[in-house]
Order: sequence, then structure tokens, then C-alpha cells
Amino acid sequence: MNQLNNFTKGFFKENAVFTLLLGMCPGVTSSAIDGLGMGLATTFVLVMSNLVVALIKGFIPDKVRIPSFIVVIATFVTIVEMTMQAYVPALFDSLGLFIPLIVVNCLVLGRAEAFASKNNLGSSIIDGLGMGLGFAMALTMLGSIRELLGSGKLFGTTIYPENYGMLVFVLAPGAFIALGYLIAFINHVKKEA
Amino acid sequence: MAKTESTLKNMVLTLLVITCVAGASLGGMYELTKGPIAKAKMAKQQAAIKEVVSGFDNNPGDEVYELTSKEGFVLKLFPAKKGDELIGVAIESQTNKGFSGNIKIMVGLKPDGTIINYQVLEHKETPGLGTKMADWFKTDKGNQSILGKHPKTNNLTVSKDGGEVDAITAATISSRAFLDAIRIAYETYTENQSSQTVASNTSTEEGGAE
Repeated sequence: MNQLNNFTKGFFKENAVFTLLLGMCPGVTSSAIDGLGMGLATTFVLVMSNLVVALIKGFIPDKVRIPSFIVVIATFVTIVEMTMQAYVPALFDSLGLFIPLIVVNCLVLGRAEAFASKNNLGSSIIDGLGMGLGFAMALTMLGSIRELLGSGKLFGTTIYPENYGMLVFVLAPGAFIALGYLIAFINHVKKEA
Repeated sequence: MAKTESTLKNMVLTLLVITCVAGASLGGMYELTKGPIAKAKMAKQQAAIKEVVSGFDNNPGDEVYELTSKEGFVLKLFPAKKGDELIGVAIESQTNKGFSGNIKIMVGLKPDGTIINYQVLEHKETPGLGTKMADWFKTDKGNQSILGKHPKTNNLTVSKDGGEVDAITAATISSRAFLDAIRIAYETYTENQSSQTVASNTSTEEGGAE
């Protein structure tokens, strides 16, 4: 039950984007597929760094724990970057510039510091998985809304002609407008529940 | 759980071990992905060449040579040949006049300089505006298309600057930059070619122009 709770909290109660408002840097997700790719890449980094941090937390002196965590995170981000470049070059082309930014995504360091450094291995992995997938879900939703309103497509499939799209949703301000409405909606649902 | 004390020795030792492990695993990963990355880049380049000059039977990647433009950009030129006859050149050109940074394109020219086709390789233009250049200048609508035009006989600048190409709606700067990259490709290619022709005195271009 407790583990299940660790997993599901990332989707709703403590969703990184909608509730904690953490890791807002990747406003890059102007399409659903970009959001999904970015979210899954972050999930991988989150799970792996939580895993390693939970394993080594006993050996790390308190004063150098943040630099140690960052090195761990940066290592996994670089691994993701190289793997993407090698095996999914198309996705790398559209996200390439933003992958290294996962290092400074406060969500990843936040979970390492707030959860993995205080909990055991199993809980940490599950926490990373839940938080990561919740993050991926939020980014995909955001990306879908922007893609649909901005260019009339969903996952690259045309829904209505691009000419009727609202350009602002493709640009950065549209991300914040869409996100604002999404958060308002989620809060509304939460209150009802 | 007993935490390791934050003494200097402990801290230095911990960081040393962590960075060493991180460095080693990254090195290993680099070795693993080096091949596939190079292959993916090569495939992308090949696909771009094929799109901008079709119908060749050599491997343009093998005969690539580099030229420096007046602006100081290093351009890669891929000669496309059928049999022994040069049917076109794919030129990897770039400009720094984009709305946000460099624009890199691959443009195919016939030996006489007529534009066959182009492909945008890298850019950081505004999504939804400048990004349209990937198709805009290929679309046969109004005066948009630059395919089949010749940079010498056609004035390939945007109509706002007195040229004969329709700029992308709301993205004149990106359009100017794109045409600038085409111009750089053409000028660099022809300048080098005329000096080469003088040197070797071949007549292939005369035949190709017809």
C-alpha cells in the first residue's frame, strides 16, 4: 500500500508540474511527441539517479552531497543524450538542445535530495518512476494542447488545417497560458474529490 | 545509518571516487555510441544529398571537398556524378544572419548554377514562422519557389528588398537569411569553379549549361 502510494503520488497529489510547480524549465514541449520524449528521458534520469543516490547515501559526507548528486545526475543525462543521438536521431534533432538541461531540472535534484537520500532503495526507485511518469504525463498533456491549438495536429496527425491554428500556443507564452489553465483545471478537480 | 564524517579527507575521497566512476562510465558509453552516432549523421547527410541532387551513381560523400566563402564560412561541397559526367553539386552552406543564430542548409546546384532543390539542415528560427522555410521556397505558389531559378539571372532576394522572391509571411528576416545562405553557396561555388576552369580548361560546363 505504502509503495503504491509512493508510485501514484507522482501522478496527482504531488505531480511535479501541476502541484509542486517544479522543473518548469522544459517549456520546450510544443508538440505531444516532444513532451513524451522529454518526459521519458527525464524519467530514466530520475529513476537511475534515485537508485544510485539511495545506494551511496551512506558514504557521502553531508557537506558534499549536492555536488555528488549533481555529478551522478549529469552522468545519466549525458548517457541519455548520447543514446538518443545514436538511436533516435529524429527526436534528438527536435530536443537535442534541451536534453542537457535535464541536469538543472530541479525535479531531479529535488527528488534525490528530498526522497532518495532519506529512503531505502526500493522506495526510491518507485518514487523516481512515479514522479518521472507523472512528469511525462504532464508534459505530454501540455504538448498535446499546444500542438492541437497551435498547429491543428496531434502526435503529428492533422486534425484541422494549420492555417486556423493560434500561433501564440506554439511560442513560449502559449506554454504558460496553457499551463495556467491546466493547473486551474487540476485544482478544480482536486477540490471536488 | 552512520553518516560519513565531513572531514576534508572524506570529502576529497568521496568526490574523487564519484567523479572517477562517472568519467569511466561516460567514456565507456561514448565508445559504445560512437559508431551509431557517426552512422546516423552520415545517413542524414546522404539523405539530404539525395534530396537536393538526384540521379547520381557515385558516392558524393567520398569526393567531398571544402571551400571557404568570402564571409569566412567553411562550405562542404559534394559533387554528384553520373558515370563521369558532373550532374550537380550538393553544397552545405550556412549564414549567421538568421533571426536567432546560424542557419545551415544543403542546396543542390546544377553545374551551371541553377538551383535544383534544397533542404534546411539546422536552424533555431521561431517555430511556426521561420521554420516554414523548410517548405516555403519549394512551394510553387506566387513567387515563393526558388527551384529551377538561377542566382545570376534571377534576383534572389525578398520582394521587400527589390528582389523577386516572396518572403515567408511574418518572417522576412528568416527569409533574407535563407536566401543569403543560397547566395553564399552559389558565389563560393562559381568563384572556385571559374578559377578551376581556367586552370584545367575543361569544357564540361559549356555542355552542362544546355
